[in-house]
Amino acid sequence: MANETLERLARSDYEWGFTTDVEQDVIEPGLSEDVIRTISAKKGEPDWLLEWRLGAYRRWLTMEEPHHWARVSYPPIDYQAIRYYAAPKRKKQLESLDELDPEIRRTYEKLGIPLDEQKRLAGVAVDAVFDSVSVATTFKKELEKHGIVFLPFSEAVQKVPELVRQYLGSVVPQGDNFFAALNSAVFSDGSFVYVPPGVRCPMELSTYFRINASETGQFERTLIIADRGSYVSYLEGCTAPMRDENQLHAAVVELIALDDAEIKYSTVQNWYPGDAEGRGGIFNFVTKRGKCLGRRSKISWTQVETGSAITWKYPSCLLLGDDSVGEFYSVALTARRQQADTGTKMIHVGKRTRSTIVSKGISAAQGQNSYRGLVRIQKGADGARNYSQCDSLLIGNECGAHTFPYLEVQNPTARVEHEATTSKIGEDQLFYCKQRGLSEEDAINMIVNGFCKRVLKELPMEFAVEAQKLLGVSLEGAVG
Amino acid sequence: MSVPMLEIRDLHVSVADQPVLKGLDLVLERGEVAAVMGPNGSGKSTLANVIAGKPGYEVTRGEVLFEGRDLLAMAPEVRAREGVFLAFQYPVEVPGVGNMYFLKQAVNAVRAHRGLEELDAMEFLSLVREKMKLVEMPEELAKRGVNEGFSGGEKKRNEVLQMALLEPKLCVLDETDSGLDIDALRVVAGGVNALRDPARSMLVITHYQRLLEYVVPDRVHVLAGGRIVRSGGKELARELEERGYGWVQQEAGA
Repeated sequence: MANETLERLARSDYEWGFTTDVEQDVIEPGLSEDVIRTISAKKGEPDWLLEWRLGAYRRWLTMEEPHHWARVSYPPIDYQAIRYYAAPKRKKQLESLDELDPEIRRTYEKLGIPLDEQKRLAGVAVDAVFDSVSVATTFKKELEKHGIVFLPFSEAVQKVPELVRQYLGSVVPQGDNFFAALNSAVFSDGSFVYVPPGVRCPMELSTYFRINASETGQFERTLIIADRGSYVSYLEGCTAPMRDENQLHAAVVELIALDDAEIKYSTVQNWYPGDAEGRGGIFNFVTKRGKCLGRRSKISWTQVETGSAITWKYPSCLLLGDDSVGEFYSVALTARRQQADTGTKMIHVGKRTRSTIVSKGISAAQGQNSYRGLVRIQKGADGARNYSQCDSLLIGNECGAHTFPYLEVQNPTARVEHEATTSKIGEDQLFYCKQRGLSEEDAINMIVNGFCKRVLKELPMEFAVEAQKLLGVSLEGAVG
Repeated sequence: MSVPMLEIRDLHVSVADQPVLKGLDLVLERGEVAAVMGPNGSGKSTLANVIAGKPGYEVTRGEVLFEGRDLLAMAPEVRAREGVFLAFQYPVEVPGVGNMYFLKQAVNAVRAHRGLEELDAMEFLSLVREKMKLVEMPEELAKRGVNEGFSGGEKKRNEVLQMALLEPKLCVLDETDSGLDIDALRVVAGGVNALRDPARSMLVITHYQRLLEYVVPDRVHVLAGGRIVRSGGKELARELEERGYGWVQQEAGA
């Protein structure tokens, strides 16, 4: 019985697997100082940024790709076979959305991105990143009114260079890790946000990333600065077309919260996961880190990770300011042959800093799901508190769930709690639901959503609905 | 004479290649409450699970007709929507899924199948409150996860509550009395009795006649060695309680 559903649905397509036919401005695959100079020149960057990129590249050359500690395995990546820049061709700077290539518009419409003016009511401002360049930014005027800077990264370099220069690499240094160094050398575009003191951003800011060109790596860079007493909620969604080869996505996200500021960062990641045999799919090697620099500042990460062949990411919080708060809410789902090694780091430095970690891992089919989390309470972090909860849900007999919690407590006044559970959707649960009239798919969705509820309720409303749907789609046919 | 609610003919069932039911015949009329009693390992729970369509039970011969239709050809969820209800001996926990939400999904799945409109939140709430009184269930239990942290008695009450909400035609109660103290037994039996109806049939599966003091059956069937070896009126239950199962098994050569 379950097998029929499984097979039918395992054949169902990745719904987002269309490609868009637009003329691309690409450079030949390969990586060298010349390639970096070309990227920098195409973007008309200042010298200091080119030097910064080259510095990162030289660091990267000395580093080793990390595959000894994460519980993921994949064939070696040929970094010379990757194309480091692909942009839709355009003749001049776009003045309004109407000038956008209709093909790109249609792609975004398929993705359901609210680019249209009519969507203003939805209160979402979108900075859409199509491969390497931000093609359109909406709601600029409304945001400008509040003094909020929300720009494609390359534009921010031109318009607010001093802010970029001050904070770029201040949370994730160039040499932080192999993929962060690579990103620092070749990053193409991304989003930049600055919220001035005391301003509560009146809408959710949203970026939609999509990888279109083949053999293209996507290396976007996001930098968000919340000045004193400000608040911003940022949403990030990701999709990619179906391709047989693997594509690399190595992003860096840096968040900075000053005194009494709050940043809420939500991700729904649905990169192409590869097919049932493990062919194709995105390698999602991402470094995300937030710095609670100010007193009473707060950074909250919420992620729903359903896509990618391999996910390797640990959105983290450096809790420097006294009484600052870090949160990490995560749902990671691995089906097909997906592998995820994800979690967080909470580094408590300031006094009375608090952190909460809620991680829900779901493994189905031949998926492998690992939670890896570090809670470090440094010497001076008097009265620091952490609560961690890591739950795993297994669907079927061929998947795996693993939990690797690391605790380093150097202050005797700290309080650290850790809870972990592993459960399995059994035939008995499914039969019980069916005996009450529910279909198998409804039953699985219900059980999974029940399992993830604690995390989903942290997402903004529209995103929560989309995430629920995604979980359902990703699990279709997962039960055998 | 109308079509029986349930008609089982020469049913043979194996579990993991071991024959458990070996030629079981049973007829349950519309509105009839019949008890199926038998010693441990006689196949009582197998009978309940086969009727509900639980995976892992292989029917090797015979047929089961529900209102004259082939029940075995229906998927478990279709059987449920058609009006077959199993009160589980060991109800399963579904953590994180609110009991109320679960009940509403179930009621609406069954209603949709019957061509009725879905109940909205308010309508459902008043319906569930009314039915909860039937089994004296505290409201607090409706807010918890499905059977999550329920005591044995609370789980059984929850089963009867679901039965009341889904308004099935055929109720199969699998050892509903097991693990209940006398007060809980009285409450659960009261709920079951309130659901007796000329249009509803019940198959009450039990090892002891204790439950049958409260839910008085129209007929009693004795299951031994995978077959019905004796049938009679309610007095048969008392006789079994006094004399044990040995004599029926001997008489039947089972």
